Amino acid sequence: MANVTLRNVRKTYPGGFEAIKGVNVDVGDGQFCVLVGPSGCGKSTLLRMVAGLETVTGGEIDIGGRIVNQIEPADRDIAMVFQNYALYPHMSVFNNMAYGLRNRGMKEAEVKSRVDEAARVLELTSMLERKPRQLSGGQRQRVAMGRAIVRQPKVFLFDEPLSNLDAKLRIAMRVEIRKLQRRLNTTSIYVTHDQLEAMTLADVLVVMNGGQVEQVGNPLAIYEKPATTFVASFIGAPPMNLMSTRPEEIRSQLAGSGAADAGILGIRPEDFVITDQTPADGVVLPLTVEAIERVGAETFVYGTRAQDEQRIAANPGELPPGEVIVRIPGSEAPPIGEKIRVAAMRQKLHLFSGDGRTRIEA
Amino acid sequence: MVEEEGFRRYIAHIILWIGIAIVAFPVYIAFVASTQDNALIANGQMSLLPGGHFFEVYYQTIFVGTSGSTREPVGNMMLNSLVMALLIAVGKIAISIISAYAIVYFRFPFRMPIFWIIFVTLMLPVEVRIYPTYKIVADLHMLDSYAGLSLPLIASATATLLFRQFFMTVPDELLEASRIDGAGPLRFFWDTLLPLSRTNMAALFVILFILGWNQYLWPLLITTRDDMQTIQVGIRKMITTTDALTEWPIVMATAVLAMLPPVFVVVAMQKLFVRGLVETEK
Repeated sequence: MANVTLRNVRKTYPGGFEAIKGVNVDVGDGQFCVLVGPSGCGKSTLLRMVAGLETVTGGEIDIGGRIVNQIEPADRDIAMVFQNYALYPHMSVFNNMAYGLRNRGMKEAEVKSRVDEAARVLELTSMLERKPRQLSGGQRQRVAMGRAIVRQPKVFLFDEPLSNLDAKLRIAMRVEIRKLQRRLNTTSIYVTHDQLEAMTLADVLVVMNGGQVEQVGNPLAIYEKPATTFVASFIGAPPMNLMSTRPEEIRSQLAGSGAADAGILGIRPEDFVITDQTPADGVVLPLTVEAIERVGAETFVYGTRAQDEQRIAANPGELPPGEVIVRIPGSEAPPIGEKIRVAAMRQKLHLFSGDGRTRIEA
Repeated sequence: MVEEEGFRRYIAHIILWIGIAIVAFPVYIAFVASTQDNALIANGQMSLLPGGHFFEVYYQTIFVGTSGSTREPVGNMMLNSLVMALLIAVGKIAISIISAYAIVYFRFPFRMPIFWIIFVTLMLPVEVRIYPTYKIVADLHMLDSYAGLSLPLIASATATLLFRQFFMTVPDELLEASRIDGAGPLRFFWDTLLPLSRTNMAALFVILFILGWNQYLWPLLITTRDDMQTIQVGIRKMITTTDALTEWPIVMATAVLAMLPPVFVVVAMQKLFVRGLVETEK
């Protein structure tokens, strides 16, 4: 049971590359914190710094009121689940889980009872004598979890633990991890690049980009009020439509809202409706349907706006200029090539400064 | 394997049998010669079937030795060879696995230069540095000793390189997991790296044992006493006799005996050996 606090944490590699540029995060006792971001954003590095596997260049890492910057991983009272599980291939499942306990000089009876308990929880009891190579991916994943929970550490660290599993198993394990964490009530930090995993698991979501924290908060709050265009396009699938407010067509519709100084307008695909009417307060865009994707419960319409415009600051998942995604109920599907009008209500609009770094409240 | 039909399959088998015969025939002749009477061989009337002196010749070879050139019983030579081969194989594995561990897992000053120095010794086998090596061994008073026989052959770049390559394929996460599990460098080495290297060590042991067993030049140089002679040197000495008939049955019996330990090692460790060469158990 412990808080984890990162104060202005920095990491510079010997070559001069700055991987982490001053991160402040506070994870409360028993909370599930998810670090999410694109590849190379520093999220794994940050996690490894908390684990003690990477040195800290600057700032402080505080676990349970103790600055651990200079403390060995084994003495930080943390347990980590690795992406490739990192099970000891020559040890049985039992020994894999018991290894860390025995190294700490725990009595064999206590070791056995802890491992048996973990095996029971994770449904590994019948496999305790097997070697890791005799297990399936999902079972190995559970052994890796077991190795972490037998230690009863202050903090669990997960480094993309589900990315080697197939899609179905990933969802099942995601739910398992959440349930387990709730039950054990152990502070956890979880790294993923999958925004869906991030949204579903997190109490506290930390969106990272380029070694910096873009936004910290409750996942839904982040979804509803993304602080930057990066967060707006990273969280949510399909991504938020971002467009420049420079074209007269959009500028005129935004006039008088106090948001005229905004440079970028964002609208989530699900906030659009196809309509012939012009709503009293909102934005209407004329679109030409380019492609549709029918996935059953919903249909995604890919349209281009009549007017082309300049590209907005490069972001992952950004659409080609002028392209807009609209989500409509699965029962509808406008024919390709048709000209439609889509509308979004004023309160559903997201406005950002021209550089995309600041959210502007209308 | 492609299953060939009828005739072609027989051809293939015949070719294989011819190959086996070419390899096995000299060995067979050696065995046959070792069971004959020496006079018969000297006359050039050796039969191609085993003679009746098997027990007599092998008894004399192992426990008595030749009556002429070297009076050392071959049993003692085999013991010397065995001790030397085992010391070399075990010593090389021990030294090189430790040095590879240092090079792969530790950051210390001049790590790469040290690695390159080890690498360069690949080009300096004992035969090339024989004079300085002899001088050192002589100065250390290690002539005619097991230490002198084995120590200069123990330092090994090949084995170090092999272990280095293997260690570099071991995922970093295993080390990190060990660190989190509270295992220090020695524990990680002992609990994780050594068990994982088992098959590599076995493969290396087979190669190094045979290498050590077959050493000729070095033991010839540094052993002067008959009772420190190795079997490879002994065979050679038995053949050249100055004023007596070469005792061929005993020479051949010695050759057959010299072949047995390497064959035994290969057969006994074949499974591990093949796995060590092909399998990556991670």
